[in-house]
Amino acid sequence: MSDLRVKVQQVFDEPGCAANQAKPTRDRKKGCNKLLAPGAAAGGCAFDGAKIALQPITDVAHLVHGPIACEGNSWDGRGSKSSGSQLYRTSFTTNMTEQDIVFGGEKHLYKAIKEVVEKYNPAAVFVYQTCVPAMIGDDLETVCKAAGKKLGKPVIPVNVPGFVGSKNLGNKLAGEALLDYVIGTEEPEETTPYDINIIGEYNLSGELWQVKPLLDELGIRILACISGDSKYHEIARSHRARAAMMVCSKAMINVARKMEERYGIPYFEGSFYGIGDMSDSLRKIAQLLVDRGAPADLLVRTEVVIEREEARAWQRIAPCRPRLLGKRVLLFTGGVKSWSVVAALQETGLVLTGTSVKKSTPGDKERIKELMKDDAHMFDDLKPREMYKMLKEARADIMLSGGRTQFVALKAKMPWLDINQERHHAYAGYEGMVALVREIDKALSNPIWEQIRRPAPWENVAMDDELAIHIA
Amino acid sequence: MAKVIVSQKQCTVNPLKMSQPIGAALAFMGVEGSMPLLHGSQGCTSFGLVLFVRHFREAIPMQTTAMSEVATVLGGFDNVEQAIVNIANRANPGLIGICTTGVAEIKGDDLNGFLKLIRAGHPELGHIALVDVSTPDFEGAFQDGWAAAVTRMVEELVETPAMETRLSRRVNILPGCHLTPGDIDELRDIFEAFSLDPFFLPDLSGSLDGHIPAEFTPTTLGGISLENIRRMGSARWTVAIGEQMRGAAITLEHRTGVPYKLFERLTGLAANDELMGFLSQMSGVPVPRKYRRQRSQLIDAMLDGHFHFGGKKVAVAAEPDLLGTLANWVQEMGCEVQAAVTTTASPLLEHIPAEEVVIGDLEDFELRATGANLIVTHSHGRQAAERLGIPFLRIGIPVFDRLGAGQQTIVGYRGTRDLIFTVGNMFLASGHEPTPETWLPPAHNSSPLVSLHVTH
Repeated sequence: MSDLRVKVQQVFDEPGCAANQAKPTRDRKKGCNKLLAPGAAAGGCAFDGAKIALQPITDVAHLVHGPIACEGNSWDGRGSKSSGSQLYRTSFTTNMTEQDIVFGGEKHLYKAIKEVVEKYNPAAVFVYQTCVPAMIGDDLETVCKAAGKKLGKPVIPVNVPGFVGSKNLGNKLAGEALLDYVIGTEEPEETTPYDINIIGEYNLSGELWQVKPLLDELGIRILACISGDSKYHEIARSHRARAAMMVCSKAMINVARKMEERYGIPYFEGSFYGIGDMSDSLRKIAQLLVDRGAPADLLVRTEVVIEREEARAWQRIAPCRPRLLGKRVLLFTGGVKSWSVVAALQETGLVLTGTSVKKSTPGDKERIKELMKDDAHMFDDLKPREMYKMLKEARADIMLSGGRTQFVALKAKMPWLDINQERHHAYAGYEGMVALVREIDKALSNPIWEQIRRPAPWENVAMDDELAIHIA
Repeated sequence: MAKVIVSQKQCTVNPLKMSQPIGAALAFMGVEGSMPLLHGSQGCTSFGLVLFVRHFREAIPMQTTAMSEVATVLGGFDNVEQAIVNIANRANPGLIGICTTGVAEIKGDDLNGFLKLIRAGHPELGHIALVDVSTPDFEGAFQDGWAAAVTRMVEELVETPAMETRLSRRVNILPGCHLTPGDIDELRDIFEAFSLDPFFLPDLSGSLDGHIPAEFTPTTLGGISLENIRRMGSARWTVAIGEQMRGAAITLEHRTGVPYKLFERLTGLAANDELMGFLSQMSGVPVPRKYRRQRSQLIDAMLDGHFHFGGKKVAVAAEPDLLGTLANWVQEMGCEVQAAVTTTASPLLEHIPAEEVVIGDLEDFELRATGANLIVTHSHGRQAAERLGIPFLRIGIPVFDRLGAGQQTIVGYRGTRDLIFTVGNMFLASGHEPTPETWLPPAHNSSPLVSLHVTH
């Protein structure tokens, strides 16, 4: 455990994280692990966060060492897509029982790893430590090391018992596991001046595939996406990329920063959400590659693609604009997604009436403030009851949020759109923005709203009168 | 007599089982104004919450004591106390149902002792009922957690009647966790048709049936009221549905003297004939015309359907009581139960009409389901069904990739009739048209066995 404590401390003291560096030394050491309020907490644990960050690696077995709760209650629930292996969707767990609690779970874990390797022959096994084995002192690292040696496969310990902290911390600890055990352990067969890593993109609903065709067209190769639709060997060889883009600002900043430190891979922080952000990201990728020696014509070719795709996107969005113009949106999502989506929605004529900044850094907040001017509210912690009231009083026309709050909107008979990881639609890049606008348009203009807001027959006095006349 | 086998694998692959605490939490969700609280890491709650949201497509009240690493070392008293105070302030519930998890059990937190201390220190919380239940993740399964929570509610909340004041029309019903809100609504109609006054503990039909509340509620939207739970001792009978509810029924009988009748299942002609006979006798009301008609319709559906069910091989994976319900029913329709996989021990298992019943996972199930005509399990069976290319009926919890899980109704004559149509239509839709090769002599046929193929 003490190793883990040191690791958590390191992860929190993240020089790449502006929010962290802006704090006084004392606060910085405390890290960003906000103490959770019992009875008033929402959100996943560190294990959940690690699983979200690593499960998109498709050709490995993800083995959860713990009682049935951790995996049995949650598996096959994350929407990252694969272009090849489906092994990542197969669920593996030691399903610890009382016997393990009494005798320790290490032997059981070892045998489980062996079974997985023999039956499924994965490229590697990622083993996740959870609360119960951590409490009884199962030594994850040692078991993984022994198993890896004996079985001739990479067996990667991911030490993330839920009680060490939040989902966000779990993202980072997952990144640490990649840095410690995977990245740089293999060499690519060939490299090109156009090799990039994309860090913090999970290919939810296939979003990476909305971006990849344009990179392909430009001759830019994704050496590794960490971790959407990736294979183990791609990540092991990712240290030879020329540049990197970090997509979700807070989730895996440690990976981007340490890869820069260790392997000299420069990175920038960008977003694929929104037309402007997508174009900026393409430009920055091209610029970084050219800075690192790629032929300068890449910049020109990139501008050509941007111009063409922007025009094509706007052309497809145009028919929706009259229906969306001036419609008020309440946006509830975490971190980087807030400002990037804010910009994106404004591009289409929608008006932001409020957004959450709960997970946003001060930098994020500044950007949102700039984007939204004075005409909108930023909420640190809007209680569901308040949210419901806002919607019920029609102070917004639609809410965009994650699955947890969807019923607050729906029960208030308000249109709602899922923009979190369980969603079914892909919203990245130019294609994604067109899709998002179309989805908002579909949600707002669905004929059900008018019908379901109508009073019930027994609430409608006029109808009662009419009926009375009829009966009379 | 089925042989009950416990899977001996070291690694569970594609779990069928879910954990006790969330089963218990769901039971607490059948009480009005309730807030289930898991005593563990926040992930314990978060996973359960997401699972129920995806299944019921409803807001789910569920909180956590948010145990940190330090708290797991020092003990969780402060966390439990803070959680209860916070929930009281934010949600003002009538009941907080507190379930332990693996984390709390390993630390050895004496939850019942904690609650006594909290009661003593917080007289202002006197109006809130607190019920604790021990539900370690590393033992039992979802249905065990549900049953344990119901038993604890009976122990903590039901009042022992001062004297024999039985209300002749009042009946307690203890439904297992395999009954949906739709099933409960159907049963309520049936009981009321016999002029009975049924009270369900838990009653998910009030909270998770999918309805639009007039106001925002941070706790459950409905369910049995605490007042009605307290008065369960004044009922004339208790009806328990599913073997899992036997313990709660016996506890209720011991506390209050209310006798119980247990129905193992309420799907199928014979099972419902037994129910109708019992209700008629208990109430003194002849079986209403409506149900005579429905029985006749069920028989007609059996006649129309049996052509398509006869000889079909069905693979079922579900918790013991649901497995028993479905396996017996398909067998009564002329099918063979090719595979039966379940999550936890139950005295029911050896009576399931199959050669063997495996306490295992969906990998065990997939291996045994090869060549079946129908796969029946919860949504996690979708990968297996796709690989095997076999029609797939989703039932149980979770069903996250289809609408209306909460209203899937299979009890009563009508529920059984509709299930015949649903499953019969799946058989009809997957029928194969003959081709010139259909009747080639055996030498030319390849083996029908499809091996489990894993791609990566």
